[in-house]
Amino acid sequence: MIPVEFRGYAWRHAGRRAQAVTGVDLRVEPGERVLLLGPSGSGKSTLLAALAGLLTEDAGDQDGEVLLDGKSAADQRGRVGILFQDPETQLVMARAGDDVAFGLENQAVPRGEIWPRVHDALRAVGFPYGPDRDTHALSGGEQQRLALAGVLARRPELILLDEPTANLDPEGAQGVRDALRAALAETDATLIVVEHRVADILDLVDRVIALGPGGTPIADGPAARVLADHGDALAAQGVWVPGAPLPHRPGGTPGDTALRGDGLALTYPGAARPALDGVTFELRQGELLAVTGPNGSGKSTLALLAGGLAKPDAGTATVPGERRPLHRLPARRLATRVGSVFQDPEHQFVTATVRDELAFGSKQAGWPKDRIDARVAELLDRLRLAPLAEANPHTLSGGEARRLSVAGALAAAPGVLLLDEPTFGQDRRTWGELVDLTADIRDEGTALLAVTHDRDFAAALGARELALENGRTAGEVPC
Amino acid sequence: MLTFAPVCGPDAPIARANPVAKLAAVALVTVVALVAGDWLTPLLLLAAMLIVLPFTGIRARPLARRLRWLWLAAGTVVIVNALFAAEQTGRILLTLGPVAIGSGALLDGVAIGLRVCVAATAGVLVFATTDPTDLADALTQQLKAPPRFTIGSLAALRLLPLLGAEWNQITTARRARGLEGGWNPVRRTRLFASTMFALLVGAIRRAGRLAAAMDARGFDTEIPRTHAREQRMRPGDWAVIALAAGAAAAAVAVSVAAGTFTV
Repeated sequence: MIPVEFRGYAWRHAGRRAQAVTGVDLRVEPGERVLLLGPSGSGKSTLLAALAGLLTEDAGDQDGEVLLDGKSAADQRGRVGILFQDPETQLVMARAGDDVAFGLENQAVPRGEIWPRVHDALRAVGFPYGPDRDTHALSGGEQQRLALAGVLARRPELILLDEPTANLDPEGAQGVRDALRAALAETDATLIVVEHRVADILDLVDRVIALGPGGTPIADGPAARVLADHGDALAAQGVWVPGAPLPHRPGGTPGDTALRGDGLALTYPGAARPALDGVTFELRQGELLAVTGPNGSGKSTLALLAGGLAKPDAGTATVPGERRPLHRLPARRLATRVGSVFQDPEHQFVTATVRDELAFGSKQAGWPKDRIDARVAELLDRLRLAPLAEANPHTLSGGEARRLSVAGALAAAPGVLLLDEPTFGQDRRTWGELVDLTADIRDEGTALLAVTHDRDFAAALGARELALENGRTAGEVPC
Repeated sequence: MLTFAPVCGPDAPIARANPVAKLAAVALVTVVALVAGDWLTPLLLLAAMLIVLPFTGIRARPLARRLRWLWLAAGTVVIVNALFAAEQTGRILLTLGPVAIGSGALLDGVAIGLRVCVAATAGVLVFATTDPTDLADALTQQLKAPPRFTIGSLAALRLLPLLGAEWNQITTARRARGLEGGWNPVRRTRLFASTMFALLVGAIRRAGRLAAAMDARGFDTEIPRTHAREQRMRPGDWAVIALAAGAAAAAVAVSVAAGTFTV
């Protein structure tokens, strides 16, 4: 365990005009367990990267000092372990044990000591397989636990966690939190964690530091006191403060059928069992259907087939007014019938400005120019994208990019909108915006289907639920 | 995408042999086959490899499947070299209008085709039976290759299969936006290029994140790394090299004795 200190610290990433953080003065005592909160853009990840010694001279301009145990953090890398968000880009080796050993080899640990430490670390995180397990065959949650084992095996005196569960489904996230809890009980390392789902992590920390814009601390103290004194302000900034009220936007009476799925089935090449095995459902105007179920239950496949984006082995997805099933429609016509919004918004951006992005679908569909212009103006206004009209889609913040991907899917005025995990990894503020946006679109008569793990989201919108299990319908109930 | 059926189990004798020993054996056989100009030497080497095959633990069927394109290529080499030889020597075996094939030219063509066969078969035997991790370990520990190169390549290799999945996601997301190649070749090509660009942008970003994660675990520190898995030459590995050297020498000796050997 080591003390951590920022003295008048400022950092500007190379090639950026704005400072990521300025004038940070902060001290964390040895063995303290600290939760770092703040709105997106407040520089939380930058501070962690600085502590991990990853911000080197050629990566940007530094002012002030970052000290670990009184020495510059850049020279103390061997004493620090950091766990990032994305499990896929933290694993180096093809076999699980080799991956944990990688960090020990770099530390020049003698071979005889490496393997006992690898086995200890794998046990500490509750890794359910042997060291020869193929790292590709692991779920996201298992990969993240393996990455945690890689951090722990190096016996760091300072552990940094940068939103360790943000990219995981609830089940996987729970597994990682259990592993963290068990592992942290066995070490006296100093801990600094960035996480906006506060309730999930609160029992692991004894101090909360809330950062304002630019990385200046605006509140600092025991968790309970900071949340009691500053809870409202933090919630407004996007932090999931426990107990803060959630919005409630139930829908009205649904209208006519807007999309029908009839006995939809699909088996992926090489798969042992069907991903979807004969699911029938109906989606009506002005309603939200939440498709739920554990991983591998066929939710995303259902969204692909309902969106006409994959060819079913059996069954059809149809909309009224089209004789052909959706998967046989040309793309430009499909976009006028059904819009699909994917988890990763960036995959969907096909133009260089927000304005072009909103005109794209209707142009493809061959609308006259004045009708396109009117639609773009309407969408810019309604989704609060007008100030960003000339911006490049790839430069938007997470929440903005999400809004743009929804707006882009609505460009050619389809009657049905399908959303894949719309609230995944979003902070509280963006989450609230998405609830309102979804409710507005629904209340205008659009039929909505959302694949989601997020019970709060479905409940806030009073969604009807279609539960899947092993590719079949497990139940259909109002939430 | 990018995956083949394994030609042998992880415990097969050839899979457990040291990668550097296997590389040395292949180099010996291939160099001799390429230097010899006759048809008998490579034929004997090929026969030697087939004789050794049952003792390596390699499964014949997946190996044949992987070799079939190489052998097809070797067959083409024979035909092309026989047809377009500078001069059709020996007895004329076949005449088809203006085309004639002499026995000398055919033998020369066969010799070249056999050399291609030996080199290709030996290469597949080594690379199809060597675990990438073992190869990287052996190159680092025995041949002192820099770990930035060997371990870096391993990390990149691990990310490759993700590209296939990402390609599907991008294509699907674009169909949802109303963008699709259809039958128009120009539009198809442009869409292919822009999808490839999106894929590359994503790959570079991912590589950056991976590099940061590797450095955070001390990959870029100056201390010399230790090795969790040991790769060294064992008596059996020396035997592999000796066997290859013996086979190469015997093949040359036989063809010299038969009077066919040329360089």
